[in-house]
Amino acid sequence: MRREASMTQPIELILLRQWSTYQAIPVWLMDAEGDLLFYNEAAEAVLGLRYVEAGVIHANDLAELFQTTALDGSAVPTEELPVVIALTQRIPAHGELRIKTADGAGRHLHITAFPVEGLSERHLGAVAMFWEEPIP
Amino acid sequence: MRIELSGTRGSLAAAGPGTVGYGGDTASILVTAEGRSIVLDAGSGIRRLGDVVAGQDRVDVLLTHLHMDHIQGLGFFGPMFDPSIEVHVWGPGSPKFSLEQLLSRYLSPPLFPVHVRELSSVVLHDTDPGSFELGPVTVTTDYVCHPGATLGYRLSVNGTSMAYLPDHEPALGVEHFPEQPEWTSGFDLMAGVDVLIHDAQYTDDEYAERQGWGHSTFDQALDVAELCEVGSLVTFHHDPGHDDGMLDEIAAAIATHPLPFEFVPGRAGTVIDV
Repeated sequence: MRREASMTQPIELILLRQWSTYQAIPVWLMDAEGDLLFYNEAAEAVLGLRYVEAGVIHANDLAELFQTTALDGSAVPTEELPVVIALTQRIPAHGELRIKTADGAGRHLHITAFPVEGLSERHLGAVAMFWEEPIP
Repeated sequence: MRIELSGTRGSLAAAGPGTVGYGGDTASILVTAEGRSIVLDAGSGIRRLGDVVAGQDRVDVLLTHLHMDHIQGLGFFGPMFDPSIEVHVWGPGSPKFSLEQLLSRYLSPPLFPVHVRELSSVVLHDTDPGSFELGPVTVTTDYVCHPGATLGYRLSVNGTSMAYLPDHEPALGVEHFPEQPEWTSGFDLMAGVDVLIHDAQYTDDEYAERQGWGHSTFDQALDVAELCEVGSLVTFHHDPGHDDGMLDEIAAAIATHPLPFEFVPGRAGTVIDV
């Protein structure tokens, strides 16, 4: 059975987007290529970007927009980031990181990410949830 | 392409004097194109279609999902017991069970006297999102918004097309429906079809009490038809509590508004040539 180029997102991602709009915690929704398809209102506040203005953010642009380091400021290998682990290894992951967001603010975040494994054995992407720790 | 509505009711068969006009049988329609017969869903409406396809050597039955109102007629579809007709049944499995295992829960004792494996001319196909050919007909299918694994179908042949989403709640959780196409369940299946057969089970008041049950209102069906720029919309999966009088009133109210597509209230026995 062939799968053709689709305009509509898979129903699993559509439902996750709808779920995320009812969450008070920040949520990212990424597709299998690592593009940031959607982030909810709570995530807008943390990331310093409005979804209606920025829209989809491609994977290549994410690292530039959100500079990520360990809490001590040291570099974190890309493959060790929770969202990357969820996308590439297809397992849940958790991390505590510092990010510098698009609006220039520094934030201390706890991040939990998990893969989205759809019906018919389709790897569809990942969800990341954030908890912000106040920086003293 | 010819489309014949046999069963138009949703949830539960509702035979009686109040439902003669729209029909009391649950979901089943027949699509014929260039000598090929394809049945969409196997609600109680499929029973009479057995006579219609008698004499053919093959019939394909496409199941959207395995809720009872979509499979309860399968055991009463004559070709299932006729070894001279190949019956190919397509439908979704689940992450843990095949279509055969799931259908066997109904088509086996004590719920049914015959086990599906005893029907030698029946071939079951676990169906995933994608496209496949049935003779000249291209079938495209994808998961859509309804509780449990549920497929919608688009059938295309010779430049004509129809889509069938009898159980569909694309408005679930959407603050401002309809959403843009990318985020609307089933959009690819429905976009630009000549005929869309779509769930319209509830009134607005009923929907307020039944969000998440997997169905649409009449207004949502109209909205999605407009978004998808279809040629005509057939309202379908009528609530068993809606009698002919109520459905006529709703249809008359809809008909007073200018619509960018043809509106066809789904009545059993209706034949649509595309």
